[in-house]
Amino acid sequence: MQTRVALTGNDAVGIAVAQVHPDVVAAFPITPQTELMHKFAEFVADGKIPTELVLVESEHSAMSACIGASAAGARTATATSSQGFMLMLEVVHIASALRLPIVMPVVNRAISAPINIHCDHSDAMVGRDSGWIQLFSENTQEAYDNTIMAFRIAEHPEIRTPVMINFDGFIISHTTEVLYQLDGQDVQSFVGIYKPGVRLLDPDNPITVGPLDLQDYYFEHKLSQNQGMLAAPKVIREVSQEFGHRFGRYYDLFEAYKLNDAELAVIALGSAAGTIKVVVDELRDKGTKAGMLKPRVFRPFPAKEIAGALSGLKAVAVMDRHSTQGGYGGPLFNEIRSALYGAGTRMPVSGYLFGLGGRDLDLDQIRSIYTNLASLASGAPNDPELHVIGARL
Amino acid sequence: MALLSVKELPIGGIIPEAGNSANYNTGSWRTYRPILILERCVHCLQCWIFCPDSSVVVKAGEVVGFDLEHCKGCGICAYECPDKFHAIEMVLEKQVKV
Repeated sequence: MQTRVALTGNDAVGIAVAQVHPDVVAAFPITPQTELMHKFAEFVADGKIPTELVLVESEHSAMSACIGASAAGARTATATSSQGFMLMLEVVHIASALRLPIVMPVVNRAISAPINIHCDHSDAMVGRDSGWIQLFSENTQEAYDNTIMAFRIAEHPEIRTPVMINFDGFIISHTTEVLYQLDGQDVQSFVGIYKPGVRLLDPDNPITVGPLDLQDYYFEHKLSQNQGMLAAPKVIREVSQEFGHRFGRYYDLFEAYKLNDAELAVIALGSAAGTIKVVVDELRDKGTKAGMLKPRVFRPFPAKEIAGALSGLKAVAVMDRHSTQGGYGGPLFNEIRSALYGAGTRMPVSGYLFGLGGRDLDLDQIRSIYTNLASLASGAPNDPELHVIGARL
Repeated sequence: MALLSVKELPIGGIIPEAGNSANYNTGSWRTYRPILILERCVHCLQCWIFCPDSSVVVKAGEVVGFDLEHCKGCGICAYECPDKFHAIEMVLEKQVKV
């Protein structure tokens, strides 16, 4: 049974983690994640869940404690944002290399400087090579559902890779939305009991975790680490199908919104996708073949699948909520272009930098992007390829 | 021993064997080798206490020699052996007649 509730993103995800009954959570607060931690901590304080909540002195300690707990065989979770994520970053890479199935909601916030507590995807993007599976959520329902599925994905014997659930700071974390919350028992039965593979504290099978490598082994170890990522798309689809069968909401590697016969499409991650859908609907009513593609899984990047979904389009715009500060275009732009190039597709692809530091994206801006796409589809030169939208240049 | 390939590696780069650092021949790193001068040794065991690699071999409370598979030739044993005994000398590895 599911209950229709009105919750902020933080509360919903905090509740999701609590419903899973993780063995250990080690966390440190940072805006806009803080209320997620508070909501979770309430369950512990009220004695409703058996989780060992370790209140550490920093995010670096949080991830370090999570690694220790997970290596010992505990189902482990934490949460962070922005600077907190940056602070724990050296250990974040270690968690994935040690193949520890830690689950971490990341409430996406801009990274300093200047200090900004509002939404953009810089934190997630800085972590895109960290070896963590990255899921993006459009709204509170997706953030809640993704968090529950994340435990099954991370812990799957073919995966054993930590999972980051991204959702937009303030826009989703602090906005009350209606969603369907699962019963605690259903969450428990869906995630099941965690069966770790090797465990640190097994006296009958002693192991060393995190040894030194020299030039003769590091390369092979890093390739071995990648096996989890390679197996992830299939497992993510299986877990998502099962979730859909049981709870009625089906998810895939990405969402193709009115994309089937579309000629013009915009690609974006997170809450902006919701805003774009409004414009897509509007354009469709006017007879324009507009569509949208919203990746759910950013790591591992489903290059072939996305290239396939875009193959019939005449022009594509990719929106990035992170500046690579010197790269040619944003991270999503680069992944999409590379995927299309690999598939032999050459329709014009333009990149849009938007929304840094919580800068709002409005409907007019999106409409202008589709207008540009229409010109590109009619043969206008794709020059410049890269745009900035919503800033005072 | 042949190096393992990607497919043969244990998950997460763990080492699934307890105490296998003993298999690592760190003795090959030596530039200087400790030589025990048994007549001068009073078996105070200072060398055994200070050796960072547990490479001083003691049997029935007496120093009998060095574990050359693991001794890295740091010379701490020779340094800690009290001056009045001077029972350990560090000699260039390449000059030692095997």
